[in-house]
Amino acid sequence: MAGWSEHDFQLGEVKLHVWRGGGGRPVLVLHHDIGTLERLPFYDVLAEKFDVIVPRHPGYGVPERPAWLRHPRDLAALYQWLLADLGADRASLVGLGFGGWIAAEMAALAPRDFHRLVLVGAMGVKPPDGDIMDQAILSYIDYAKAGFHDPAAFAKVYGDVSTDQLVAWDLCREMSFRIAWKPYMYSQTLPHLLGGVRAPALVVWGEHDRVVPHSAGEAYQRALREARFATVANAGHCVDMEQPDALARLVTPFLEQN
Amino acid sequence: MFVMYFTEQPMSAYPADIGLQIGHTALMFSNKYFDPVAGSRLYNEYLEQYIYAEEQGVEGFMLNEHHNAPFCMQAKCNIFASILAAVTKKAKIVLLGNPLPLAENPVRLAEELAMIDMISKGRLVPGIVRGGGQESLANGINPAFNRERFEEAHDLIVAAWTREGPFRWEGTHYQHRVVNPWAVPLQKPHPRIWVPGVLSKETIIWAAKQRYPYIALNTSIEATKKIWELYDKTALETGYEAGPENRGYLQQVHVSDTEEKAERNARQFLWMQGEFTGLAHPVWSNPSGYFSPEYRRQFVEFAVGRAESPRGRPTFEQQVKDGRIFYGTPKQVIPKLRRVLEETRPSIYGIWGNDGSVSNEDARTCIRLLGQEVMPAMREIGKELGLKDPFEVDAPVHYRYSTDLKQLPQAAE
Repeated sequence: MAGWSEHDFQLGEVKLHVWRGGGGRPVLVLHHDIGTLERLPFYDVLAEKFDVIVPRHPGYGVPERPAWLRHPRDLAALYQWLLADLGADRASLVGLGFGGWIAAEMAALAPRDFHRLVLVGAMGVKPPDGDIMDQAILSYIDYAKAGFHDPAAFAKVYGDVSTDQLVAWDLCREMSFRIAWKPYMYSQTLPHLLGGVRAPALVVWGEHDRVVPHSAGEAYQRALREARFATVANAGHCVDMEQPDALARLVTPFLEQN
Repeated sequence: MFVMYFTEQPMSAYPADIGLQIGHTALMFSNKYFDPVAGSRLYNEYLEQYIYAEEQGVEGFMLNEHHNAPFCMQAKCNIFASILAAVTKKAKIVLLGNPLPLAENPVRLAEELAMIDMISKGRLVPGIVRGGGQESLANGINPAFNRERFEEAHDLIVAAWTREGPFRWEGTHYQHRVVNPWAVPLQKPHPRIWVPGVLSKETIIWAAKQRYPYIALNTSIEATKKIWELYDKTALETGYEAGPENRGYLQQVHVSDTEEKAERNARQFLWMQGEFTGLAHPVWSNPSGYFSPEYRRQFVEFAVGRAESPRGRPTFEQQVKDGRIFYGTPKQVIPKLRRVLEETRPSIYGIWGNDGSVSNEDARTCIRLLGQEVMPAMREIGKELGLKDPFEVDAPVHYRYSTDLKQLPQAAE
C-alpha cells in the first residue's frame, strides 16, 4: 500500500491541509460537502496507481475558515494555486459530489490544464429534473445517511457517529451555507462555460443517488465536449464510500489513458 | 414605567391534531392547513383588540412577526404597525421587531418605518431582531451571515434615517449606489430602537454597546438577573451606567374575573405543544452558522436527539412555579409582578396576555383588566421603585448621543 503523508500549505491567508499518497500521475481528489475522513478505501485504491492529492476544503470540519470565501469558484482558484505550488502539471481531477462542482469549475476556468475530469454525483449545475437535496432541513446524520443507498454501508464508514463527527458536519454545513447558499449548490453560469473543457470527462452517478438527481449528470454530459456517463449499481450519492472498488474500476483505467 | 400589551396573534384555528401527528408545527408544516376564512376573522379580532386596549388605558402595543407557523399570524409586523398608526391615537407602537437579516433592502425598510413614524405622529419604537433560524429558512436568507446582516442592516437603516442624502453604501452584504429616501422619521435624532432576546450573549453585549434597551423575553428571574449583569458590565466598559431605562421584560400574564377562568386560559400559553414557537426540528431553529460557536458541541448532540433541549420543556405547573407564567385576578397577579419589578428592575414591561385559543371575549376581559387595573398598579409600583423608562428620562436613543459618558481608563491614557 502506498504511503500517505500530511502537509499544510499556506496560500495567502489560507492554511490548506492536504493528504498525499502514492505516486505517478497527479490526481486531485475533491471531497463531498460532508467533509472527508482522513483515509478512505477509494483513496487507497487510487494511490496504488497515482499521486493522489486530497485537500481538505478550508473550513470543512475545522473551525478556522477564510471568512472571505463566498463561492465554490473561489475554491477552484485556490486549488489551481495549490497545483501550481506543487508543480503538478496535467493533473486529473476527481470531484465527489460537492467536490465535483469545484472540479468542474477548475476545468472550465482552465480548459487546457487537465488530463482527465471525473465527476461523481457532481453538484454545480441545476438539475433539469428534480432538485438537489436541501441539507438545511435535515439533521446531520439524516443528511449524511441520505448519501448512501444501503444504511449498512453508512454504518461501515461512520460507525456510531461520534460527537466530534457531528461537530465536523456542522462546521461543513456552515461552510457550505457560506459559499453555496443561493442558488443552493449550483451555479447558473457554469453550464455555459463547460463547453470549452478539453479534458475528456467521465460522469459517474450512483444508481440510487437521492442527493443529486441523475438529470444533473446528464446535463454535465451534454455540456461537456467529450464525456461518458456511467452509473454504479447499489450506490447512492457517495459512490466513493459505498462502492469504492466499483468506482475505482471505472476511474482508474480512465485516468490511465494517454 | 412603560407597560405594553402583547400577543403572538396565534392562528388558533389550525388542526393541532394533525400537527402532533406530523410531529412539527413550524417551517415545513404545510400551509394547506391554513384557513384564510378563520385567518380573516382572527386578524380583524386582533385589530379590534388593540383598539379596545387603547380605550382601556393600555399605553403601548408590542408587535412581532414570524413565518410559516401557526403560533404567530403576523408575517410582517409593519403591516399591523401601519394600521395601528392610523386607527389609534396615543399608544406607542413597539416593534420587537423587524428581523433585519431578512431584509434584502434595508433602505426600503427604513422608508417603511419612517412612514409609520410620521403617520403615527412619532409613536413608533422600531425594535430589531435577528429572527430565529426558521425565519431565515422560510425566507431563503443565509443563516450563516445572520449576525453580519443584522449589524450591517442596522447601520444602514440608522444612516438612512440620520445622514443627509444622497450617499453611497458599499457594505459587505448591502451595496446601494444611491441612498436618499424621501421619507425620514418624525422622531429625532431617530426613533428609539429596542432589542429583544432570549439566549445569545452576543446580542446582549451588542445592545449594551449601542445603549439600546434590551428586552428579556420570558426568561426566569435568575436568567434575567444574569442578563442584567452582562448588560451592566458591558455598559460600564462602554462608558455609561445602565439603569432601569435599559431594561425590558416580557412576561406571560393572563388575568380574568376569576382565578379558575384565568388558569384555564393561562394553560393556553403552552398551546404549541409546550414549545415556544411550535414543534420544529432543532436544525430549523438553529441552522448551522446561526448560533454561537460556543454552543456548537452542545447543540449538535441535542439536534440528533442525544441531549435534552437546552431550554428544557417545563410543564405548566413548573413555569408557574418559576414565575414565568402568572395568572389570576388583578389582585392576585399584581403582587407577583411587584416581585419581578423589585428583583429585576425593568422600566419597560411587555405583558403577553393572550395566546392559543383564548376566546375573543376572554381576551377582551383580560385586556380590560390589564388596562384598567394591572397596568396602572404597575406604573405606581414603578414610580415607587424609581423605575423610570427611556421616555421619562429622555435617555439617549443611541450611545453616540450620550452626554454623560464616563472617561474610560484607556481613553485617559
